[in-house]
Amino acid sequence: MADKITLSKSDRLAVWFRHQYLQGSWNYERMQNGGWCFSMIPAIKKLYPNKEDQIAALKRHMEFYNTHPYVSSPVIGVTLALEEDRANGAPVEDAAIQGVKVGMMGPLAGVGDPVFWFTLRPLLGALGASLAMGGSIMGPILFFVLWNVIRLAFEWYTQEFGYQLGTSITKDLSGGLMGKITEGASILGMFVIGGLVERWVSIKFTPIVSTVTQSEGAYIDWDAIAETAGSGAQGVADAIQSALSQYSSLGATGLSIDKVTTLQSNLDQLIPGLAAVAVTLLCCWLLKKKVSPIAIIIGMFAIGILGHLAQIL
Amino acid sequence: MSVFTIILIVFVAFLAGMEGVLDQWQFHQPLVACTLIGLVSGYLEAGIILGGTLQMMALGWANVGAAVAPDAALASVASAILMVIALIGGSDQGTAISTAIAVAVPLSVAGLFLTMIVRTIAIPIVHIMDGAAARADYTALDVWSIIAICLQGIRIAIPAAALCFIPSGAVMGALNMMPAWLNEGMTIGGGMVAAVGYAMVINMMATKEVWPFFALGFCLAAISQLTLIALGVIGISLALIYLGLKELAQSGAGAAGSGDPLGDILDDYE
Repeated sequence: MADKITLSKSDRLAVWFRHQYLQGSWNYERMQNGGWCFSMIPAIKKLYPNKEDQIAALKRHMEFYNTHPYVSSPVIGVTLALEEDRANGAPVEDAAIQGVKVGMMGPLAGVGDPVFWFTLRPLLGALGASLAMGGSIMGPILFFVLWNVIRLAFEWYTQEFGYQLGTSITKDLSGGLMGKITEGASILGMFVIGGLVERWVSIKFTPIVSTVTQSEGAYIDWDAIAETAGSGAQGVADAIQSALSQYSSLGATGLSIDKVTTLQSNLDQLIPGLAAVAVTLLCCWLLKKKVSPIAIIIGMFAIGILGHLAQIL
Repeated sequence: MSVFTIILIVFVAFLAGMEGVLDQWQFHQPLVACTLIGLVSGYLEAGIILGGTLQMMALGWANVGAAVAPDAALASVASAILMVIALIGGSDQGTAISTAIAVAVPLSVAGLFLTMIVRTIAIPIVHIMDGAAARADYTALDVWSIIAICLQGIRIAIPAAALCFIPSGAVMGALNMMPAWLNEGMTIGGGMVAAVGYAMVINMMATKEVWPFFALGFCLAAISQLTLIALGVIGISLALIYLGLKELAQSGAGAAGSGDPLGDILDDYE
């Protein structure tokens, strides 16, 4: 038998590079098939010197395929291993290759979506956005660099993992590991989303519940401060010092005689962000009732405008 | 805007459009797209702030399976361009940003329809690729793959280019016509919109088992000293602890009745 044909590291790197364009020709008929075939081209060229075999391989890889674009990497790794075996004369049927692709894409999409779209991106996105909202360039840079380093490394190493393990990877997949990763990501994701709801969903109810005139000593006596400030430059400094020290001991309610309690401050005493979590859960419920997210978003703007006009928000 | 600026903006829009379908480099995420448009047009800081605000709204937007989410690419690119035009027209930064946020949502719906059109156009393209595969014509396969990706880029680049030619007077006129209550109301609405993205994420992941973690995250976030990184570390630790304990409970469940820990260990060695 002739020398064994193997895919070199540069071939695998070429596949890895092209595989980033997996979704380029995403279409409603066979979804990622064009991008998948595009990714396999360097390997097919290397493995099959004969034109008939190349055509058969290209056609085989134009079949329906759709999964999460990152976790597709181990699938392409396994497929490379299978094609290599086949090129070296092993009896690998077309159906076996298609079977591995279809068999892996479902469960893997179930891991990729929660891990990347619902945990990592909200986490890094919120981290970057919270910096960016203050105008810091570090926000976008942090998001972009961290995301792409993680992504490129993940795509390369899992492709290599799939290539080295070949079909035996399917055992690992059906085993507990994938389930555990998904569950761990869900836990982390839910925890972080809980935090984000508290921090970044903002609703302020402005109606005033009560206005109480505070007793003497519970507020800053601005007349006395003004008197001190009236007596020259040193007086101004003393006045500022006195006002600030009173403020730090009395808090925000000490700024005026009247203590104004809004509905919002009442709610915040129960637990900060209660209204935010209520709105979020309402959205969950509406989405489950098949209300379109766009309709909900437009509804929120309407509520914001009407609520503001009615002076509730 | 100078011709050079417009070319750079259209280039950023093209990248964002490609990424809107590829979902790899994340040029379509508001945080990146708005920052880049701010950078090339000379309003970097405003771009960053707009990007961060829109990012918070779009955190849960993701393409899952064949379902397509509201389109972040057109929303971020087009709203950033409108913001830049308003800033050139002399609008203050706060008004320009809050108006840009308000127009972002309808734009995300428009972008959604555009990507659906391109994803349909891609069907005949893959048929052409079928033909190329049958001839082992690698050049044609590569060219048509690249054409398909470029179509997604053009989907955003064309609207972006068109927007660049809107005179800033028109944008300023529209801005000045907008009453304050409308603008303030939109800002309030925008504060709630993030909830929709989070709700989408929650609905994808929530099971009875993980709801308590949502509650924990919510309560801990009220402690303002905890940064997002700290929350992330707590979350990872909780996940590891929970999974570890669960595994322990499962492996111990069978042997728990024996009341003989040493015997159980010996049994495990068999």
